[in-house]
Amino acid sequence: MQFMLLFSRQGKLRLQKWYVPLSDKEKKKITRELVQTVLARKPKMCSFLEWRDLKIVYKRYASLYFCCAIEDQDNELITLEIIHRYVELLDKYFGSVCELDIIFNFEKAYFILDEFLLGGEVQETSKKNVLKAIEQADLLQEKTENIDLSKSFIGCKPAY
Amino acid sequence: MEAVNLLSSNRYTEKQIGYLFISVLVNSNSELIRLINNAIKNDLASRNPTFMGLALHCIANVGSREMAEAFAGEIPKILVAGDTMDSVKQSAALCLLRLYRTSPDLVPMGDWTSRVVHLLNDQHLGVVTAATSLITTLAQKNPEEFKTSVSLAVSRLSRIVTSASTDLQDYTYYFVPAPWLSVKLLRLLQCYPPPEDPAVRGRLTECLETILNKAQEPPKSKKVQHSNAKNAVLFEAISLIIHHDSEPSLLVRACGQLGQFLQHRETNLRYLALESMCALAGSEFSHDAVKTHIDTVINALKTERDVSVRQRAVDLLYAMCDRSNAQQIVAEMLSYLETADYSIREEIVLKVAILAEKYAVDYTWYVDTILNLIRIAGDYVSEEVWYRVIQIVINRDDVQGYAAKTVFEALQAPACHENLVKVGGYILGEFGNLIAGDPRSSPLIQFHLLHSKFHLCSVPTRALLLSTYIKFVNLFPEVKTTIQDVLRSDSQLKNADVELQQRAVEYLRLSTVASTDILATVLEEMPPFPERESSILAKLKKKKGPNTVTDLEEAKRERSADVNGGPEPAPASAASTPSPSADLLGLGAAPPAPAGPPPSSGGLLVDVFSDSPSAVAPLAPGSEDNFARFVCKNNGVLFENQLLQIGLKSEFRQNLGRMFIFYGNKTSTQFLNFTPTLICSDDLQMNLSLQTKPVDPTVDGGAQVQQVVNIECVSDFTEAPVLNIQFRYGGTFQNVSVKLPITLNKFFQPTEMASQDFFQRWKQLSNPQQEVQNIFKAKHPMDTEITKAKIIGFGSALLEEVDPNPANFVGAGIIHTRTTQIGCLLRLEPNLQAQMYRLTLRTSKETVSQRLCELLSVFLHLCCVSSFPCCK
Repeated sequence: MQFMLLFSRQGKLRLQKWYVPLSDKEKKKITRELVQTVLARKPKMCSFLEWRDLKIVYKRYASLYFCCAIEDQDNELITLEIIHRYVELLDKYFGSVCELDIIFNFEKAYFILDEFLLGGEVQETSKKNVLKAIEQADLLQEKTENIDLSKSFIGCKPAY
Repeated sequence: MEAVNLLSSNRYTEKQIGYLFISVLVNSNSELIRLINNAIKNDLASRNPTFMGLALHCIANVGSREMAEAFAGEIPKILVAGDTMDSVKQSAALCLLRLYRTSPDLVPMGDWTSRVVHLLNDQHLGVVTAATSLITTLAQKNPEEFKTSVSLAVSRLSRIVTSASTDLQDYTYYFVPAPWLSVKLLRLLQCYPPPEDPAVRGRLTECLETILNKAQEPPKSKKVQHSNAKNAVLFEAISLIIHHDSEPSLLVRACGQLGQFLQHRETNLRYLALESMCALAGSEFSHDAVKTHIDTVINALKTERDVSVRQRAVDLLYAMCDRSNAQQIVAEMLSYLETADYSIREEIVLKVAILAEKYAVDYTWYVDTILNLIRIAGDYVSEEVWYRVIQIVINRDDVQGYAAKTVFEALQAPACHENLVKVGGYILGEFGNLIAGDPRSSPLIQFHLLHSKFHLCSVPTRALLLSTYIKFVNLFPEVKTTIQDVLRSDSQLKNADVELQQRAVEYLRLSTVASTDILATVLEEMPPFPERESSILAKLKKKKGPNTVTDLEEAKRERSADVNGGPEPAPASAASTPSPSADLLGLGAAPPAPAGPPPSSGGLLVDVFSDSPSAVAPLAPGSEDNFARFVCKNNGVLFENQLLQIGLKSEFRQNLGRMFIFYGNKTSTQFLNFTPTLICSDDLQMNLSLQTKPVDPTVDGGAQVQQVVNIECVSDFTEAPVLNIQFRYGGTFQNVSVKLPITLNKFFQPTEMASQDFFQRWKQLSNPQQEVQNIFKAKHPMDTEITKAKIIGFGSALLEEVDPNPANFVGAGIIHTRTTQIGCLLRLEPNLQAQMYRLTLRTSKETVSQRLCELLSVFLHLCCVSSFPCCK
């Protein structure tokens, strides 16, 4: 997979992940072109299209479009299910995910994606394993935050 | 900077945010990378799996060359170490994959590779999933090293497909066991030919059969995810079956399965079925099975609402076409063309043109088809297409009368496309006489019909029509005066366009001065064209190529137009000189210019008494550099001083060439005793045959004379001929010598070949005499695109994705000489750090390797001058 884009029906980019080195200018150009192309397509059309020398696989969930660019020999259907599995992971983590969750907790969306896909390839397909990794990280985070809190109560930290 | 500080923090939150920032915002060329690398190094060594995970994710996300340099050695160790946690192994595998993709040269192969292969046996399916991706990519480039992965992959796959849907617990996705892993394993197997070991092979066939069987079972769930996952595995299995192309029964079954999908209610499945079937049509075992679905596919072309699906249907029709169904398929494509989307029309036009030619049994059908094509989609018919019709009509005399009649009828339409006027003009000019017997298409009627379109056409078409008219003068003496009147009219003789004006003047003069015999010789019917690969096919191939290198594509297209060219050089080449565009008539080197006075004996006397040294002048300064520039171009100014300009136009085909040399007098005074001489050493004379006629010894002020040199490469040669020019200007004697850029590479013809072929031939030419190598410093920034353009300009084909290292350039071609053809392979390895190039040439002949290596090295030294055509 070369990149994954999430954008809203209004064409606002919500999340982007690039697995090939490209300049910012190029990224912007690709995004603009693809968002336009995909939004122009009608609901009953097929989820795959040829674009430059890549294949685009996209699917719409509620107001969000998930769009992946894969190479010539890659499998379209399994990519469609990659998108679905990612949505499931988000859903499970946030509890019925909506666009706002991704806007406000974009870092979580990235962490989950990193656990699931790495370097453009599927790393771990088990839902349990991915979520376990994220939960562990969250736990660590809370722990450190608690330590911070206790420290400030005792007054170890210099007052600002 | 703050983010880098966060990385070194021991607090998880801070570290995590730091990494996130870097992954999202830092692109791979940032200067901060070195600092970041340090922090990552610490985390990798921390043995804390969470920290290691974060660090590996970061490397995989940034994936720059600097990171590859820093960690490509370290990560394989983490990957195969016994005590590494599973999740870290997974990340390490994919991280290494990313680094390998960016900088394959930095990832060292070694002991670890065999241990990576054994990860396919790992108990943890997540680890297997990640490792399979890595192995697939590595195996594509190093098939030998990873050969053992085949049997392991087959047994793993077999265990998955035979497992019950609950066996794999969380790795089962909507009742499909490990679909992602299955797809990846099937992909890995596509890196290899069918397994040789019969046991492994049998087991694989069983697996594939099981997958095909499962497709027939009733679905275990109504959810689309279930069917998608199941079919993803099925399609990948079919890809593998097509890749192996060895089991007829599997191929036919696959075709049957796809046939069912062609009528599925899911658009996605119909799309993919059409796509896969295209590949199946290429196999001899399943071609016939694919053909049985023709009606369904034609129906899809008519009824599908999605243009991308229709596009696939067109592709499939193209792929399944053969002699038996060509007429039906071409007819369907033509009727679809009338309503087709603009975006795909050009491609369909090309496809129709190719199929019509390839499978034409009856050439009248071919002519009809192409004329229809022009009628329906004239705007999308490129030059190549109509050139090709003319080539075919000229080469086949059984169709000429029919073609003349048909174009004549087609031209009757009140509005017809300009391309039709071109074809019509050309064909009537050649074969109008074949239908002139019919009073309904008498010469005068033919002429008036064409002339009625004249004013609506663009300049190149008008130029072509003028040539048709002069051909009419020869074919039908009765219309001569009518045509002369047209040529004589102010709108022609004083036309603002030089080309039209020149043609009108010359043709008018030709028709008045020349006798019938001369006219008949000069305006004779065109000789048949040599058979060559259809240029349309080349164009279609190019169209399919990546669009990212459009400039290069353009350059290639221009080249191919030169090589495969149409029946005439484009008349549009704005020619201010007595240009070879008079060639349109096949006049070539014999322009009907009034002959000058014959060299008088007085002229000779002057020569004898002149005090001029008749020795040859030393080479003009700077000519060496200019010479190098001509290595890759055929036209341009070769030499210029205050008095004289020498321009060149040349074309080469196989072992023959023709060069037009234009001598321009830049002064207002006559040059006298103007004598250009070609000087070849004895050696060169044996290998290169040059023929030319002397030119007029006086060159008027501001005038230009032209000399034609016919060239034949007899055998390979090293030196270049020298052009020496002596003349008298005012009272002084002038003597100029320049090297004439006729170099061995002009007789180069590019050859495309696949990676395997290339290296096989490369190995065959491993004799030390056959190889010549040159290592030199780059004088200019090492720009990939420019280098590519230079190699193409040099004349060899540029082979992409052949060399395992994408930074290297490889090329192949054939040098044509009268006696032999010499295959040449070249490889150029840039070293960016050292700013050096290593150029290796391997050919079957030592002297050829030597000379080509010299030429290309010199040429690579040149900077990209603006006059260099393939860089524009």
